[in-house]
Amino acid sequence: MSVFIIRRLLQSVLVLVVMSMLVFAGVYAVGNPIDILISPDATQADRDATIRAMGLDRPMWLQYAYFVKNALAADLGKSFAFNVPAIELILERMPATLELASCAMLMAVVIGLPLGLYAGLKPKSFAGKTIMTLSIFGFSLPTFWIGLMLIMIFAVFLGVLPSNGRGATALLLGIPVSFLTWDGLRHLALPAFTLALLNIALIIRLVRSGTQEALLMDYVKFARAKGLSDARIIGVHVLKNIMIPIVTVIALQFGSVIAFAVVTETIFAWPGMGKLLIDSINVLDRPVIVAYLLIIVTLFIFINLLVDIAYSLLDPRVRLGESDS
Amino acid sequence: MEQTPFRRFLSDYCESRLAVGALIVLVVILFIAVFAPLISPQDPYDLRQLDVMDARLEPGASLGNGTIARLGTDDQGRDMLSGIFYGVRISLFVGFSATLLALLLGATVGMTAAYVGGRTDSLLMRIADIQLSFPPILIALILLALLGQGLGKIIAALVTVQWAYYARTIRGAALVERRKEYIEAAQVLALPASRIVFRHLLPNCLPPLIVIATVQMASAITLEATLSFLGLGLPITEPSLGLLIANGFNYLLSGKYWISMYPGLALLMMIVAINLVADQLRDALNPRLQK
Repeated sequence: MSVFIIRRLLQSVLVLVVMSMLVFAGVYAVGNPIDILISPDATQADRDATIRAMGLDRPMWLQYAYFVKNALAADLGKSFAFNVPAIELILERMPATLELASCAMLMAVVIGLPLGLYAGLKPKSFAGKTIMTLSIFGFSLPTFWIGLMLIMIFAVFLGVLPSNGRGATALLLGIPVSFLTWDGLRHLALPAFTLALLNIALIIRLVRSGTQEALLMDYVKFARAKGLSDARIIGVHVLKNIMIPIVTVIALQFGSVIAFAVVTETIFAWPGMGKLLIDSINVLDRPVIVAYLLIIVTLFIFINLLVDIAYSLLDPRVRLGESDS
Repeated sequence: MEQTPFRRFLSDYCESRLAVGALIVLVVILFIAVFAPLISPQDPYDLRQLDVMDARLEPGASLGNGTIARLGTDDQGRDMLSGIFYGVRISLFVGFSATLLALLLGATVGMTAAYVGGRTDSLLMRIADIQLSFPPILIALILLALLGQGLGKIIAALVTVQWAYYARTIRGAALVERRKEYIEAAQVLALPASRIVFRHLLPNCLPPLIVIATVQMASAITLEATLSFLGLGLPITEPSLGLLIANGFNYLLSGKYWISMYPGLALLMMIVAINLVADQLRDALNPRLQK
């Protein structure tokens, strides 16, 4: 077990180093940030001073060496556009993204679990079949377009929900959050639902097939024979046994929800780190792009590691040390 | 009637009416994509045919030159229907070429891994696994943030995102097939390795690959649309469906829904049709489900 964790950690570090080099080399090659950041009216002396201040006159490998040294000290340079440290900027936006992603995941479970359970218990019923057909659509729908259509229906035609921003926030442990105010919740509804859609479909399908399999098992027959109520059989015996794959998928999907938040945040002007990335790409704000990519890659490596470990703890049948087959 | 494998496959496929319908829709979309310049009411990118006076007309309104814009016009006075026909053409082209290239790359890697085995195998599969642990949208975002816009670049990004699925699939299939007797027989006959791989191994690994390719093509098209919507995919000179939708987003809040809605519906139809076809292909190509 510990051998596995150490090996996984080493592998993670290697991935991180390779990614940092790719990211740095790529961003360096995108274009000349000087042209974008310094106004054409600036004097030559001003230009030179700015170039020196940003370290853009150094050779590329030296810039990378500085970058690694600074990255280890959690200093990824100042944003060209905002003139504040890039890491600070991203960490400041991160709570908004995490809040959106968590709400979307919660919504997916709250909606997906009961629907999937119903479809699994009554697969032949009309409602059961309808749920399954809708879940196919949930997979096929281009989510960004659904976001637009939700704005069109709820914000433009009905005018019941706001279409952009976070709304009023309240402080929770010093971090501004939206879900504690009514206005914030109203702002959260559309983006969170858009982000949840794909996962609702996923959870419905997982829970349904899990339920159908579990119902055939001997322990369910035995529980029936004991005369337990349906509610208890489903609530305790079935649910408990289908939880392992569902927990895994939720954990794994959390990462991809954060990645996909880039799209949702752009549509709903949600001030999270995904929108920051798109804005930064548009103005070629190199330090912010690099910092975002490194932070998200680190976050992912961390999530994947946790999922692997949690999986081996939850399911004793998984022998992670022998994963090479 | 004689039962050839192809006929059996055909009758298996036709068991689902929904799947046959999806296939017909797909053929129609393909027809539109190929013949877009001939059937569009207007060439949406010929500036001489556009008139700003026609901008943002409602569906069904008639243009200054008398043509009727059934789906309305966009902010440049373009007929939406023509825009969508051309958009479908570009989206399908990107999806198809990305799928084909990723399939070739992935199949080569997967086949090499399975046939050579040993350290090559574990190295290649380790790379594929690491890549699969990141969501496709994230990898594509990183690549395009670094590479910039362009038709070639978005295809490159999609291939990078998708090759690993094919590599994994074909390696799995090839490992199973390799142990079978007909491969052993071919090896005993001392056939050259290339002949064994291309004439014996590859044809028998195709069914799962075809299914994966269909599903992946749908997701390639969605991903391209998403990236173009974010302004990271195709440039404005090659307007795919995603770009049309993004363009309409600016006018959505003023109630001009058609500029975003209709291209989205076209995209949706295309993706649902491809997914339904893939679903039925999976059943029809699965020997275990044969009666």
